[in-house]
Amino acid sequence: MPVVLLILIAVVLVFGIGVLVLNRRRAGTAQPAVTAERREVPAPPPKPSLGKPSTTVPAPSTDEPVAPIEADEEISAEELDAAFEESLADFEAEAALAEIEEFEAETATEPEVLERPRFRDRVAKARATFSGAFGGVRGRAGITAESWDELEEALLRADVGLRVTNGLLEPLRARVKSKEITDPDALLTALQGEMKARLADSDRSLRLEDRAGAGPNVWLFVGVNGVGKTTTIGKVAAQQRAEGRRVLLAAGDTFRAAAAEQLQTWAERSGAEFVRGSEGGDPSSVIFDGVQAAAARHCDLVLGDTAGRLQNKSNLMEELRKVRRVADREPGRVTEVLLVIDATTGQNGLVQAKEFGEVTEVTGVVLTKLDGSAKGGIVFAIETELGIPVKLVGLGETIGDLVAFDPDEFVDALFGE
Amino acid sequence: MFDRLSDRFDGILKRLRGKGRLTEADVDEMLAEIRTALLEADVNVRVVRSVVSRIREQAIGIELSKALDPGQQVIKIVNQELTAMLGGEVLKLTYASRPPTVILMAGLQGSGKTTASGKLARWFKSQGRNPLLVGADLQRPAAVEQLRTLGRQIDVPVFSEADDIVRSGKGDPVSVAQRGLQEARRLGKDVLIIDTAGRLAIDEELMEEVRRISATTEPHYTFLVIDAMTGQDAVDTAERFHQALAIDGVILSKLDGDARGGAALSVKEVIGRPIAFASTGEKLDAFEQFHPDRMASRILGMGDMLSLIEKAEQALDQEQAEAAATRLMEGEFTLDDFLEQMQAVKKMGPINNLLGMMPGMPKELKGAKIEDDQLSRVEAIIRSMTPVERRKPEIINGSRRLRIANGSGTSTGEVNRLVKQFSEMQKMMKRFGGMAGGKKGKRRMPMMPPGFPGMN
Repeated sequence: MPVVLLILIAVVLVFGIGVLVLNRRRAGTAQPAVTAERREVPAPPPKPSLGKPSTTVPAPSTDEPVAPIEADEEISAEELDAAFEESLADFEAEAALAEIEEFEAETATEPEVLERPRFRDRVAKARATFSGAFGGVRGRAGITAESWDELEEALLRADVGLRVTNGLLEPLRARVKSKEITDPDALLTALQGEMKARLADSDRSLRLEDRAGAGPNVWLFVGVNGVGKTTTIGKVAAQQRAEGRRVLLAAGDTFRAAAAEQLQTWAERSGAEFVRGSEGGDPSSVIFDGVQAAAARHCDLVLGDTAGRLQNKSNLMEELRKVRRVADREPGRVTEVLLVIDATTGQNGLVQAKEFGEVTEVTGVVLTKLDGSAKGGIVFAIETELGIPVKLVGLGETIGDLVAFDPDEFVDALFGE
Repeated sequence: MFDRLSDRFDGILKRLRGKGRLTEADVDEMLAEIRTALLEADVNVRVVRSVVSRIREQAIGIELSKALDPGQQVIKIVNQELTAMLGGEVLKLTYASRPPTVILMAGLQGSGKTTASGKLARWFKSQGRNPLLVGADLQRPAAVEQLRTLGRQIDVPVFSEADDIVRSGKGDPVSVAQRGLQEARRLGKDVLIIDTAGRLAIDEELMEEVRRISATTEPHYTFLVIDAMTGQDAVDTAERFHQALAIDGVILSKLDGDARGGAALSVKEVIGRPIAFASTGEKLDAFEQFHPDRMASRILGMGDMLSLIEKAEQALDQEQAEAAATRLMEGEFTLDDFLEQMQAVKKMGPINNLLGMMPGMPKELKGAKIEDDQLSRVEAIIRSMTPVERRKPEIINGSRRLRIANGSGTSTGEVNRLVKQFSEMQKMMKRFGGMAGGKKGKRRMPMMPPGFPGMN
């Protein structure tokens, strides 16, 4: 009797929600205060750190109670060593750098860490096959209906999205109509110019506050499954290490089998510190432990991995909300929340940015796998519609393949120029 | 964010009312909306063009029947067309006469190959087969470890290189696959699933590697794993993999997200191979054979009734729910029943998602953005009532109302509105129950518009 079940659900929903809508209409749009308060998960009382020397675990500087540290052998062992490690901090940093170099030497074909590849070089492979998206437009004597179709198709095929595409082409149609633009080349130039202009004013720098003695910066990496969060963290870690910063990787992905091992491999390669929890454990407590350990070891930066999650899973999104809140507790401070988006992502990318943005206050987008045939046009929509700047781009598998986003090169690559 | 196709048609239909036949101009206007819906669902631009022209041929000049309004008729055509495109030839797995049946998994990085491999192994197990997994993804750090963990969870052995060789990055995937095949023969396994490294379709070197794995192991089936969130690039990717490996079927992953999954249609259309399986959740048993009809309505952004029914069957206690439904029809539904069903419905997932899946929900409810927490307010009011009040809300007078409001931290106005709406609903259901009883349920619920699969 599935239909009867459906009717039942419908009635429950219509009635239950109908009451709410009625109430809301009565009360204007004011939200009941109850909801906001209920969000606050009551913090458990501070737990004495049994068996750990109290000198190595800094007491929280506020009297706010903190989440209990999950008993984890690996971490407590690391913390026992913390005091000793501190005195060796400088030596270790050097050793770690040496490790990076060693790793580099081993894989001789890899480019040097600091030599940043350019979009143009990387996208060349893809371009060879998909060039000429605008060849047709350019080849025509004038601007015809086909020209517009081809322009539209090229933008749509790059995943820019129908609404944004229309938004870009409409003003151009007007300019062509008024004879302001008459030849195809000028039309293409105007379109590219407009797109570049829309991306021109964003602040794409990664925020790293100098917080001497005040605890580490925390950068969180969030996104759906399989976009390359862990790999991105590995690359960021290596780059930050190469710039001389002390970095700690916190394996907040306790869900995917072997995610922590993957991150640990990256930590070893880049000479970053590493903190993990038990598989299936609470990600917030791993991040919390990470921040504590980073403070104890005077790290500048904690890179927090999180499990990939689909944005429509509300329980997992609530979990992420908590991770962000816990990471922001003293001594930690969240200075970046980076949403990792795969270049093959279609229109769902906008929904991702919206939902993750709402839950974790995303500060920037990392666009990965742009070295494939996908053009990643959805980030144009994300940046221009939601105002979240694209900060980094992944162009390959090696450590040096994560580069700063360059809007001009991105737009050129979209057009296969 | 996305509206259902029928909502898009609203404006057009208002002008069509009373017309006996759709003119070309009417159809064009609707086709524009269909095109928008398909593009927003990430169906490839070129595929959209061919779909739209096929629908156009069928839609022009259709006689308007009395039962369906023109919009519903066009939607029906679209739905049929998409279902036919997505379905058609179904992949029927046959097992090799000389085991093992070898299955090769291919796809881009992050498409979900490793998870799909584990889920597929579990599926074969549930079919009474005895699978072996081979971890030939030696590229991604810890991919083999991930497969081993999955294998432990589903109790399926995993063959790969020793951990130290995996970590050193010196393992050879082709040789691992070959030795895995030998191992399967030795152990008498009847299905062999080879997980390979994710690769970009334009990476010639890696494509050559997977081609060699394929040549060495001669798989009976090669599956391409495609992420349901993939955009326009799905077509290029599928074409290239198909050229290199001759794909037999597609596995659509991450279908439990809210992406509309137009990629499924594009890939099916371009390589002409069926979509065999869909991965619908993080749990290892969330893996099923593909249903073209559900995917069609999903791509069109119409409430996915069938999934909703499935969810309902999982979350609701069947007997209890049916008893409540009967009482509902007979007008004996109490606030207690409501409370009970509300708890069950909440288990089905966030209320906003349910609303989206529910066809024909009034617009203002859909746009309401209800947090699950807010429903607790309604619950609190009911919980503050005495058992007698819950059965007979009409006895609630001024002083009872004040007590309930105080008890639940709400206002007397809110209590009043709840009671009033409840009694209206009861009246409505009584009327409907009478009709359904008299005419064997031929009449539709007033809140459900016609034309939805399974409803008429």
